[in-house]
Amino acid sequence: MPVPEAPDGGAPPYISARGLTKRFGDFVAVAGIDFDVARGEAFGFLGPNGAGKSSTMRMIGCVSPVTGGTLRVLGLDPVTDGARIRARLGVVPQEDTLDLELSVAENLYIYGRYFGLPRRVIRERTAELLEFVQLAERANDLVEPLSGGMKRRLTIARSLINEPDVLLLDEPTTGLDPQARHALWDRLFRLKQQGVTLVLTTHYMDEAEQLCDRLVVMDKGAIAAEGSPRQLIDAYSTREVVELRFGEGEQQDVSGKVDGLAERVEVLPDRLLLYVANGDATLAEVHARGLAPSSALVRRSTLEDVFLRLTGRTLVD
Amino acid sequence: MGSIALRSLDYWLIRYRRTWRGSAASTVLTPVLFLAAMGVGLGSLVDRSGSAGNLGGVSYLAFLAPGVLAATAMQTAAGEATYPVLTGTRWVRTYHAMIATPLSAAEVFTGHLVWMVVRVAMTCLAFVAAMAAFGTLHSAWAPLALPAAILTGLAHLTPVAAFSARLRNDAGLAALFRFGIMPMFLFSGAFFPVSQLPALLRAVAYGTPVWHGVALCRGFTLGQGLTVGSALLHAGYLTGWSAVGFVLARRSYQRALVR
Repeated sequence: MPVPEAPDGGAPPYISARGLTKRFGDFVAVAGIDFDVARGEAFGFLGPNGAGKSSTMRMIGCVSPVTGGTLRVLGLDPVTDGARIRARLGVVPQEDTLDLELSVAENLYIYGRYFGLPRRVIRERTAELLEFVQLAERANDLVEPLSGGMKRRLTIARSLINEPDVLLLDEPTTGLDPQARHALWDRLFRLKQQGVTLVLTTHYMDEAEQLCDRLVVMDKGAIAAEGSPRQLIDAYSTREVVELRFGEGEQQDVSGKVDGLAERVEVLPDRLLLYVANGDATLAEVHARGLAPSSALVRRSTLEDVFLRLTGRTLVD
Repeated sequence: MGSIALRSLDYWLIRYRRTWRGSAASTVLTPVLFLAAMGVGLGSLVDRSGSAGNLGGVSYLAFLAPGVLAATAMQTAAGEATYPVLTGTRWVRTYHAMIATPLSAAEVFTGHLVWMVVRVAMTCLAFVAAMAAFGTLHSAWAPLALPAAILTGLAHLTPVAAFSARLRNDAGLAALFRFGIMPMFLFSGAFFPVSQLPALLRAVAYGTPVWHGVALCRGFTLGQGLTVGSALLHAGYLTGWSAVGFVLARRSYQRALVR
């Protein structure tokens, strides 16, 4: 079982990028980013749509040529060793590419064949993998009628058919309902425990917090910050947040009256966010000042707050 | 690279297994219906009108059958290299699943092309069998009409695939069939000699690969009208289209899949 190592530990990183750039004509999708992913690590790219996450993933997956900078995946250069790298990757693309007219087991079979695996090996792994993603009973059913969550789990099973060293997941739970998302996270968490290196993109802060040992916050093609979820929250936010909502039109009048109550105040269109160490104490002061919010909530800081601080925008609009 | 490209063959085979009944029935029935209606039915009128001189002294059925064989090869090729290609690039994105594995874009094309050729060959084989049943194989050279028809198919598979891989949607395909495949099917010598066409259109017909396919297939089944030199010229022309199309298609696939 592979042992996770720190990125600055002895072993060379599994994935390493320096000044990595992707341009489409005049448009810069990825603007010279640096990052390392260590073996056994769960590494995330967090950012809104259009931040350059998918372009980065496609370059790591060796299906998109690097425009500038250097990229090494598993110690190899995608320019010269794309096929060798891809043989050791598992890819869960943003849009499903399953063949809906084939059965669940057939989808795994043909994918295994692309890797040149013998039929016997594919059969054995298919049984194990369908068990793992809880689709064993559906092995001979067509893919078409499966739910979105089941299709996603099948795509994950498919990406594991070659026993990859690195699993690339591009927005793995976008579009799924909460229950299906949790089922998927549970499977991914198990893979992580088994030592599979996970690289994922997401615009869900809870997903990043659940799964990532370390992540980079991306915005407009650049990396805005890097660290573990805990480190990022400590560095860019406070321990707690007080969310205040006011009635129609009242928020404008209120925003000046909270001065000095918090380390930082964010004014969003629908609410005020007060960044503080102790939320309950602050809320008591808010009331003491005679403010009457229509609703008030004290919560812990999340990566959403980190993102707001770094970019001045929310993650999911 | 050859053997890696063939890794995708299992996929095309499994897909075909799901739909083969319907397509096999039409593959066998279409030539029978065509030869019966056009060759025997319409042919009896043509033969009575004393047109045999224009047809090289043979019955209309014997004239028509090898021509429609070549035209069918073209039409089958156009079908195989259009909608299934867009299914791979756009609709189901099966090609994108393939290039996430060790397969390259060029290998994805080569593997699919091998399968397309198999499909064209199956259709041509069924057509030649129907021709034999209708007694239209008049020469010892007739078996060569089968590879000639497959080559005709190949000469259309590669350029059409190169075209299809560049499309964003199927609007371009409707135009391809309406203004390309359909007119070539009707006016490239399958149904009547192109000598009947006005000079300008005749020159256009000579430039189409399918006219050369028709000439080859007809020459082989009738045992007349071909010399070694002209046969090699026709085959060379078709090979040229196949080769240029092959290079263009690999470029198209690279552009469509690797961005």
